[in-house]
Amino acid sequence: MEYILIFISAIFVNNIVLSQFLGICPFLGVSKKVETALGMSAAVAFVLTIATIVTFLIQNFVLNAFDLGYLQTITFILVIAALVQMVEIILKKVSPSLYQALGVFLPLITTNCCILGVAILVIQKNYDLLTGVVYAFSTAIGFGLALTVFAGLREQMSLVNIPKGMKGTPIALITAGLLAMAFMGFSGVVKI
Amino acid sequence: MNNFKVMMNGIVKENPTFVLLLGMCPTLGTTSSAINGMGMGLATMFVLICSNVVISAIKNLIPDMVRIPSFIVVIASFVTLLQMIMQAYVPALYATLGLFIPLIVVNCIVLGRAEAFAAKNTPVASFFDGLGMGLGFTLALTLLGAMREFLGTGKVFNLTLLPEEYGMLVFVLAPGAFIALGYLIALINSLKKN
Repeated sequence: MEYILIFISAIFVNNIVLSQFLGICPFLGVSKKVETALGMSAAVAFVLTIATIVTFLIQNFVLNAFDLGYLQTITFILVIAALVQMVEIILKKVSPSLYQALGVFLPLITTNCCILGVAILVIQKNYDLLTGVVYAFSTAIGFGLALTVFAGLREQMSLVNIPKGMKGTPIALITAGLLAMAFMGFSGVVKI
Repeated sequence: MNNFKVMMNGIVKENPTFVLLLGMCPTLGTTSSAINGMGMGLATMFVLICSNVVISAIKNLIPDMVRIPSFIVVIASFVTLLQMIMQAYVPALYATLGLFIPLIVVNCIVLGRAEAFAAKNTPVASFFDGLGMGLGFTLALTLLGAMREFLGTGKVFNLTLLPEEYGMLVFVLAPGAFIALGYLIALINSLKKN
């Protein structure tokens, strides 16, 4: 039951993009087409889950064991950067078709703040490993949902007449604001 | 190129928030009030100046292949330093900004300036570039924070300008951040054209 609550809360109530403001750069950057949005979401889900497992193990068995908590930020970012590289290399060898689909998005993920953000959040919230993984995966789905819905809205929006000064980023931001308002309707569904 | 010009470039012509649209996560996430926005801006400015100076000083020692990882290590060290300083001297602000302080590491502005400016210029010029970009960022965040705080609660920097009943709470919450920034950028874009 606890896992289901975390799942729903991470997707709808505390959506990572629309209520916690993490991962805004890809949210605004790769949301012009639904297809690329789906690719990016899949890549994020993949890396986010693996990164959370690895950083969790490092925090508990290396940093905590040797009392090196202050090295958290520096360790995590290096681990994530290395991990992304590794995933890219392995994917290229093992599954070229998956690499074709996700390849372009992988290098972008290192600087996606939702990866580092979630890794730190899992530690701060004192989750155990399984809960952490469920949380990370649901967060990634929430990210994917927000990104895909937003990309769909933007595809439609490219067809309408927009006042001159509002073209481009401003109208995208206002649309995102309205989307966030819609997601606010979920608040209170789950208390966690 | 004179240093003053480098600095003004960051504040006006290439303002990181309004023109380059970099570092959107802290811009939206920490500007629920003017003071929070300013705190976040100053914290980023500290990291930006320090990392710019150090990177441009050691740029000749770093092999080209491992350039980006080395930059990230330098930036992450200063972020860790900042975390310790803030925890010691401004614990309240540190608690409010929370997650966004360690996330300065992945802020595109910091790495972007290291790569685009500090890796090619002298430490002194890089200092002024960091200062200019940092001030531009701080200014943008303070402005957005003040706007949201005023619309949401009728206050600016905790000074009551309007009775609180007239505030539109949504501007302090998540959707207001997107909408306020959207209108602010639209306003700046149309002012620039005229």
